[in-house]
Amino acid sequence: MSGFKQGRAQIISANDLLVGDVVYFTAAEGWTRRIGEAALARDPAQAEALLARAARQQGRVVDPYLAEVALDGGAPRPTHFREAFRTRGPSHRPDLGRQAEK
Amino acid sequence: MYRYDEFDHAYVNQRVAQFSDQIARRIDGRLSEEEFKPLRLQNGLYLQLHAYMLRIAIPYGTLSSRQMEALADIAERWDKGYGHFTTRQNIQFNWTRLSDVPAILAHLASVEMHAIQTSGNCIRNVTADHFAGAAADEVEDPRPTAELIRQWSTAHPEFAFLPRKFKIGVTGARADRAVTRSHDIGLTIVRGEDGAIGYEVTVGGGMGRTPMVGKVIRPFLPKAELLPYLESILRVYNLLGRRDNKYKARVKILVHEEGLEKIRAMVEDEFARQMAEVGGPAVQPLPAEVARIAAYFAPPALPPRAPVSDAVETARTFDPRFAAWLETNTHPHRVSGYAIATVSLKAIGEAPGDASAAQMRALAALARRYSGEELRISHEQNVILPHVALDDLPLLHAALQREGLATANAGLISDIIACPGLDYCALATARSIPIAQDIARRFADPVRARAIGEFRIKISGCINACGHHHVGHVGILGLEKAGIESYQITLGGDATENCAIGERAGPGMAAEEVGPAIERLVDAYLALRATQDEPFIETYRRLGAAPFKAALYATQQKAA
Repeated sequence: MSGFKQGRAQIISANDLLVGDVVYFTAAEGWTRRIGEAALARDPAQAEALLARAARQQGRVVDPYLAEVALDGGAPRPTHFREAFRTRGPSHRPDLGRQAEK
Repeated sequence: MYRYDEFDHAYVNQRVAQFSDQIARRIDGRLSEEEFKPLRLQNGLYLQLHAYMLRIAIPYGTLSSRQMEALADIAERWDKGYGHFTTRQNIQFNWTRLSDVPAILAHLASVEMHAIQTSGNCIRNVTADHFAGAAADEVEDPRPTAELIRQWSTAHPEFAFLPRKFKIGVTGARADRAVTRSHDIGLTIVRGEDGAIGYEVTVGGGMGRTPMVGKVIRPFLPKAELLPYLESILRVYNLLGRRDNKYKARVKILVHEEGLEKIRAMVEDEFARQMAEVGGPAVQPLPAEVARIAAYFAPPALPPRAPVSDAVETARTFDPRFAAWLETNTHPHRVSGYAIATVSLKAIGEAPGDASAAQMRALAALARRYSGEELRISHEQNVILPHVALDDLPLLHAALQREGLATANAGLISDIIACPGLDYCALATARSIPIAQDIARRFADPVRARAIGEFRIKISGCINACGHHHVGHVGILGLEKAGIESYQITLGGDATENCAIGERAGPGMAAEEVGPAIERLVDAYLALRATQDEPFIETYRRLGAAPFKAALYATQQKAA
C-alpha cells in the first residue's frame, strides 16, 4: 500500500454530539478541540485503523471522517480550504467560532 | 393572520414532545446517529460546518410582531445573537446546541411556529408573494391558498417519503414576486373568462444542478378543485419519480424525461378519477373550512387616506436619504394612502439576510406601531412591512436609520441574494457571503447604485442553488476547482413571470477576480444601454451575451 504525499498525513475530524463543535480524534482515543492534539495517520493503513477506532466513539461525536493535513509547521495544517474554515469559523465573522477564542 | 386551532396546537406540541424524547435518546445512546439523522432532519435540525443549524418555517413568509420577538428570544437565549433569513422565507440559527433544541421548539410552539417541513423528502414549507394581501396588482391574496396547502400537506402520510423534496410557491398577481416558475409546482391566481377565480398551474420548475423553468400543466384550474389536482400531481410523481438517483429524482426531471403531455394526461386521469368518486374527492375541503381559513387573512381595516401625503412630500424635499429610500424601498399598496415598505437586510458590507436580535425586536416594534403587527420575509432575504400609512413613512424611515435598517437598495445591485455558503454550510463548495460583501462595497455609493437601476445579483455556494443564481440577472456559482474556490458567472437569468435560466458566461474565476469583473460588466452595461431607463436585463436581451462576456473577461483577453 503506497503512503501519503511527502509531508502529508491524515487526521480524524467530526462534530461534537451535544454542541456541534469541530473536534479531532486523539491518540488516547478521546476528542479534542485543538487540531494540534489530533492523532496523525501517516499511511493509508494507519488512517483506516484510526477511522475504525474513532467510529466506535459515535456516542460522543457525529460522522467522523479522514482529513488531510500538511506537517510543515508547528501544528498539522489542513490542506483543503473547507477544513481550514472549520478550524476558524465563518470567514466574515471573526467574532464567532474558534477564531474568536484566540 | 392564521391562528392555530386545537388540532394545530395538539399536533405541534405532540411533535415537540416526540422530538425532545428522540434527542434525549440520542444523547444517552439509545439512538445511533444513523437512526437519529432522519428524525432530526424531519424537524429542521441540520449539522453544518461549525455547529448544528435549526431551520424554522415561516409559512408563506408571514410573521406577527410576537413571532418576530420570539425569534429574537431564540437568537439571544440559545444562539449567538442573530439569525439568517433564507430564500425560502425561513430563518436559520447557526449555532444551535442539541440539548437546547427542545426548549427552542417549545418556545416556537408557544407562538404557533415550528421547524417541521423544512427538510427531508416531503412537501416543504409553502412560499408566497411577500406583498400578499397588500399589493395593488393582486387578483387575490395567495396566503389562504398557501395555508390550505400547508394544512393538506402537513404530515400527509402518502407524501412523507417522496422521491425528493417538493416545493410549492403561490402568487396572487401576474407580476411574479414568488419565483413560482422555479418551484416543483407554481400556482398563479388568475381570473377565468367568466370572472371566476382559479389557478394557472405550472409543474417541473426548479434550480439545482439541472435548472428548469416550470411548464403550464393547467392554464385554469377552478379554485375549489385545487387539492384534488395537487394530490393528482403528487400521486403521479410519487409513482413515477426516480428513486435510484437523487440527482434525477425531482419532478422537473420526470416532466423533462416523460414529456409534459404524458404527465398532464396521467395527472388529468387521476384527477378525473378522484372527481368521479362517490361524494366527491377525499381531499376536497368543505366550503366552510375554506372560508374559515380565508377569514384569518381578511384585509386589515385600513381607512382610505389621501393618495398624496404632505409629510412624505416635505420629507422627500428636505431629506435626500428619505427620498432615495422612498424611491427604492416602497411599493404601491392596494389601499389609497398606504405603502408597502421593504426593510433591506443588505446593509453594505453585511451578510445578506442576517438580522441581529436587536434588529428583530426593532422590526417587531415598528410593525406593531406602523403595520398592524404584521411582517413578511421575502425570498430576497428582506423584511416587509406590508401596511404602512404614507404619513408614517418619514417616522418609519427615521426609526429604521437608528437601527441600521434604512439601506435604500431594494432591487438595486447591492440587494444581493446569497446563501450561507462555505462560511456555514456543510454542502457548500465555496463561500458566498464574502463575494456579496465585496460586490456591495464596490457599489456602495447610493447615487451610482440608483443610476445603474434594477440589477439582480444572486450567489450560490454550490450547485444546489439555494442562492437562486440561475435566475439572477447576474448569477454567481461558487465551486471548488483544483483545490481553490472558483466562481462561474451566468448572465440573463430572470426570477419573474418572464422566468429564464441564466447562460454561463465562460470559465470560472478566482474569488478576488469576481468583484472587478462585475464592475467591468456594469460599466459595459452603462455604456451600452439604449436609455437611462433600460434595465440591465433588457439591454442583455437586446444585445445578447457577447458584449457582456467580453467585459467580464476583458483582462484575460488582454493577457492573451
